[in-house]
Amino acid sequence: MAPILNIQNLYKNYGAIEILKNINATIESGDFLVLVGPSGCGKSTLLNCIAGLEPITGGKLFIDGNDMTHVSPKDRDIAMVFQSYALYPTMSVAKNITFGMKVRGVDAATQEQKLNEVASQLQIEALLKRRPGQLSGGQRQRVAMGRALVRDPKLFLFDEPLSNLDAKLRVEMRSEIKKLHQNLGATMVYVTHDQIEAMTLATKIVVMNGGVVQQIGTPTEIYNKPANLFVADFMGSPAMNLIPAKVLQNGKGTQIEISRAGNEPVLLHDQKAIDLPENVILGLRPEDIAEAGFRAGENIQEAECQVDMVEPAGADTYVVSELGGKQVTARLHAETRATAGKNLKFAFDLAKVSYFEPETGKRLN
Amino acid sequence: MAELSPKFTTPQSKFGRIALRFLLYALLALFALYYLLPLFVMVTTSLKSLEEIRTGNLIALPREVTFGAWKTAWASACTGIQCEGLRPYFWNSVLLAVPAVLLSTLIGALNGYVVAQWRFKGANLIFAFMLFGCFIPFQVVLLPMARLLGLMGIAGTIPGLIFVHVIYGIGFTTLFFRNYYVTVSSELVKAAKVDGANFFRIFWSIFLPLSLPIIVVTVIWQFTQIWNDFLFGVSFSQAGTQPVTVALNNIVNSTTGVKEYNVDMAAAIIAALPTLLVYVIAGKYFIRGLTAGSVKG
Repeated sequence: MAPILNIQNLYKNYGAIEILKNINATIESGDFLVLVGPSGCGKSTLLNCIAGLEPITGGKLFIDGNDMTHVSPKDRDIAMVFQSYALYPTMSVAKNITFGMKVRGVDAATQEQKLNEVASQLQIEALLKRRPGQLSGGQRQRVAMGRALVRDPKLFLFDEPLSNLDAKLRVEMRSEIKKLHQNLGATMVYVTHDQIEAMTLATKIVVMNGGVVQQIGTPTEIYNKPANLFVADFMGSPAMNLIPAKVLQNGKGTQIEISRAGNEPVLLHDQKAIDLPENVILGLRPEDIAEAGFRAGENIQEAECQVDMVEPAGADTYVVSELGGKQVTARLHAETRATAGKNLKFAFDLAKVSYFEPETGKRLN
Repeated sequence: MAELSPKFTTPQSKFGRIALRFLLYALLALFALYYLLPLFVMVTTSLKSLEEIRTGNLIALPREVTFGAWKTAWASACTGIQCEGLRPYFWNSVLLAVPAVLLSTLIGALNGYVVAQWRFKGANLIFAFMLFGCFIPFQVVLLPMARLLGLMGIAGTIPGLIFVHVIYGIGFTTLFFRNYYVTVSSELVKAAKVDGANFFRIFWSIFLPLSLPIIVVTVIWQFTQIWNDFLFGVSFSQAGTQPVTVALNNIVNSTTGVKEYNVDMAAAIIAALPTLLVYVIAGKYFIRGLTAGSVKG
């Protein structure tokens, strides 16, 4: 079976400015693909290109095996939910939802039936006669989704649909979108700058920066094995600790040496390290640095460091200390005895370590 | 502030406030009077007989109200050699203004929609040229326009005048609609495109229904311009196709013997009545429309 969406060598220029450079991606039926990246990385432009709202400068785009590179949006069998919801302000909710069918000449009985289906699915039956101006943000969001759902398209496109909602509603709607995806088995492409949204929703994530795809993978892959320093830094909150380190090869195997200001360097013995260059950047997530004695594993290294700051966050306590000239955050259990200014023995879980090349930022292991 | 002020209110300052208020209203009333006086003189004079005008006071109320002057102005006052009153010319103006207003508004709406929401290369330049059109004085286009109307074979006809007014109005109407539509989220057009609607469908089903306030503004503006226009009317019409403004001028200027002030005044009021009416009916939308755009629906 052909993939639902297949993007091949896609380029997009505005005048002389390259917005998207050589994008390649495929989405299988039922996938939830999230495009994530900082603002200005080209993710929304890419979505508009998929929708056909922006012409493509180079490359090809297939939807369900058909070449759609130059096909107009209405013939691509897609539906889209916009950041501003883009509800038609003078039409009632019902008319908003049925507008697409009306334009396409679907008969009134079918329109009515589909409208009712979608309305009950999204629990907006009571709102059908209202105008968009009389709805709250969350209700508008539902109507916008209803307008997409009613079309039953091959591909759903979402352009930062939750960014206009307040934090609580955003989390609610996020899980509703996830539920919707599971219930419908629909194929979706979703744009967001929020990496947590990306992690929770996606079956597949595309991390973008500067118009270039940085990494494509499942949320677990992206989180555990970031392909480069950008992805490592962008995904995860608090961000991954990226510590400059020296690699020493001696009789005992591979030693990772991390310098410290006013103290002897920390030496970590990585039993499984592969061939590494002399200088690396060592990446460890905050949760992979624990208090000694609270972490079990095969590749745990312990070292004593001075605690600079303690930030209790309820379930966890974040502890900051300085290593290799960087602020290193460790995520400890809530009852830790760590105190600012005192020393504490940390456990570094090297089973989860990432090594990056300092110059290119590429992943080494 | 509101809670604090009573504490500091002394009898003097309270009295001072009232005096200030009084002065303010007195001043406003004075200006209102000043502006209304000409209209008052026009109305009263039109209701007086010639005899009374000659002997009476200019601002006195009519001793005996008579509508004779209105009848004469409407149906039998002489414009040059013809003595049919304003009536035929009034209808000329209606036949001219209504289609010209509707056409220029519709074209302006379409232009504004394109310039604001369907941007293409050079859209800004074209819009700038249209804006420039707003500032071209009437006199400049008189000769070329006369030549063009002649070439088109509609010189001296009402369709010719409609054509002139539509062309001249497009700059303004485009500006109005463009500024209104530019505040509408471009995602609306995108959503409609994905829904399958084409250029005209989006305009008709989504943008026009949004536009009532700006349509009212444009209609008032265009109607006032076209109805009150004299220069194009006098330049591009001939006997029988002249608009009411030209006829009014002829009535006032072609009186023989005694100057019939009451007829002149009545004729002037008749000629001004439609624009007055439009303002009274749609005035509140006018203000609303002018300030709209800053507020999103």
